[in-house]
Amino acid sequence: MIKLQDITKVYPMGKRELTVLNGVNINIDQGELVAIMGPSGSGKSTILNLIGCLDVPTSGSYFLEDNEVSRLSSKELARIRGQKIGFIFQTFNLLPRITALANVEMGMRYVGKRDRQRALEALDRVGLSDRAGHRPTELSGGEMQRVAIARALVKSPPLLLADEPTGNLDSQSGAEIISMLQSLHAEQGITLIMITHDTNIAHQCQRIIHLKDGQVVREEKV
Amino acid sequence: MKKFFDPLITAWVGVTTHKLRSFLTTLGIVIGITSVITLMSVGRGTTAQVLSNIESIGADLISIRAGSFSFGGVRGGTAQTLTQEDADTIALQVPYITAVASTFSSTLQLVVGGENMNSQVTGVTPAYQQVQKLEMTSGAFFTEYDYQRAASVVVLGSNVVETLFGDIDPVGQQIRMGRGIVRVIGVLESKGFSMMGSVDDAILIPLTALQLAVAQTRTNQGERVVSTIVLTVSDEEQAEFVVDEITVLLRDRHRLGPGVDDDFSIISTQEIASTISEVTGTMTLLLGAIAAISLLVGGIGVMNIMLVSVLERTREIGIRKALGARESDIWSQFLIEAALLTLTGGIIGVILGWGASLLISRYAGLTTVVSADIVVLAVSVSVGIGLFFGFYPAWSASRLNPIDALRSE
Repeated sequence: MIKLQDITKVYPMGKRELTVLNGVNINIDQGELVAIMGPSGSGKSTILNLIGCLDVPTSGSYFLEDNEVSRLSSKELARIRGQKIGFIFQTFNLLPRITALANVEMGMRYVGKRDRQRALEALDRVGLSDRAGHRPTELSGGEMQRVAIARALVKSPPLLLADEPTGNLDSQSGAEIISMLQSLHAEQGITLIMITHDTNIAHQCQRIIHLKDGQVVREEKV
Repeated sequence: MKKFFDPLITAWVGVTTHKLRSFLTTLGIVIGITSVITLMSVGRGTTAQVLSNIESIGADLISIRAGSFSFGGVRGGTAQTLTQEDADTIALQVPYITAVASTFSSTLQLVVGGENMNSQVTGVTPAYQQVQKLEMTSGAFFTEYDYQRAASVVVLGSNVVETLFGDIDPVGQQIRMGRGIVRVIGVLESKGFSMMGSVDDAILIPLTALQLAVAQTRTNQGERVVSTIVLTVSDEEQAEFVVDEITVLLRDRHRLGPGVDDDFSIISTQEIASTISEVTGTMTLLLGAIAAISLLVGGIGVMNIMLVSVLERTREIGIRKALGARESDIWSQFLIEAALLTLTGGIIGVILGWGASLLISRYAGLTTVVSADIVVLAVSVSVGIGLFFGFYPAWSASRLNPIDALRSE
């Protein structure tokens, strides 16, 4: 489903250049559950941003479902993000001034779908149907992340990307979020790629990709 | 429909989130639109007032005075170049003329009971009533018959009646005028303002009677001198043509060679009206332009706030982009928000401006006219300002890099 070939990413830093990714090759199949691990600055987030079509590589090719997306225009990238990719962030990134339900509906907005019933179902699936009218500030961290998961899932994307989804949560709610993601993966066959620092969480995935200094240093099957 | 309303609702949420800020931003536009509406309504009202005054004199009126204005300040009144024969020839030969009257004024002493005053008495031909559209409040104007026999009758303006008779109905009363006695036969309806001096101050007697009372002046050719000739035309559009025809005719009769200035001057109300509406139109435009400057300042305020708003919501923009928003989605969101701010300001401004012009017409005595075109213009200008000054902030929002936007605090 995902094929990264010789991906490099270089950021201009004043007069010098900063090479964040240096020849990365990754293949991920449909329905896989993959963890990406590595120290800070190893390029984990950059990889996830590239896969999520938030960014384009400096060189190399990226195939998503057999379409090369590394040279697409910003408008086409936006369309792919809207249709194929659900994001879950460490900081949740909910819009603070609208209700949980409205946040979930926002997940469908730019895909052209708009369906309150579906948004309610997605909230129900993460166990928050009784919190639909609450604003994010009135929710706990774990609840906010579940709203974010509902928002990512409501448009039924084939690919779910999570950047340290438990990084801002206590271990109890972190564990709940992970088991929720796992069951979503198991039930819906969704492809899930997750950045994590937590070895325990990584070992609940099917495969772990270790990054260091912008290169894949090791892959392990769990 | 949902697709259409979604951005509007988003913009509404954006505007109402910072109520005080939105209010202050809108205030600039409100003040601008209010002043545009108020000043334009006063300007238009004044124009309409002046034009309706002219209309009451008669837009079809043309008046000819003896003497020329071009003799470096020499007053026309002393020249004795216009004659009754000029008036008769004009009536016969110039087309589109409905009535011609001539007048001659002289200062005479009037005595009524104990009241004694020196006044300007105007001798006029009977057609004068028709030409000046004079209405009577009591009695009647003198007739052709009165004119032919030089009857000792007088028609008075309302101010004169008040001065000489107070509240008594003067019709049938007698006045000593110069060495003779005249009988009051009519009182003119008050008109307030006139091109030929106020009708309310008029003391009108048959021209023939005046020529008996004071020595009849004749020109070298033996024609009877008059001081003005007034006439009306059947078609206001033809006023200019009639003026030209009369000019040619009079120059011929007065034997003025080429290069010699006219010894008479002609003005038509049509001409005066167009001059006045040109002047007041320019004034209105000037007032509007001054008010428009405050709109410009308001627009810059909107731009300022929109830039702050974009900066503040960088993260929100990043989230929306991650959810699949295209640049055009972000761009239109902020543009609609700016337009919504200024549209609201515009509508409030129209209401306040309307109210202000009502107050002005009630308490300041100025006529004000709020016309639909100004309202439509003001509202569309305010939306236009939102779009214009919102463009750059919206564009810069749409160009934000989603990754940087998501990382921002």
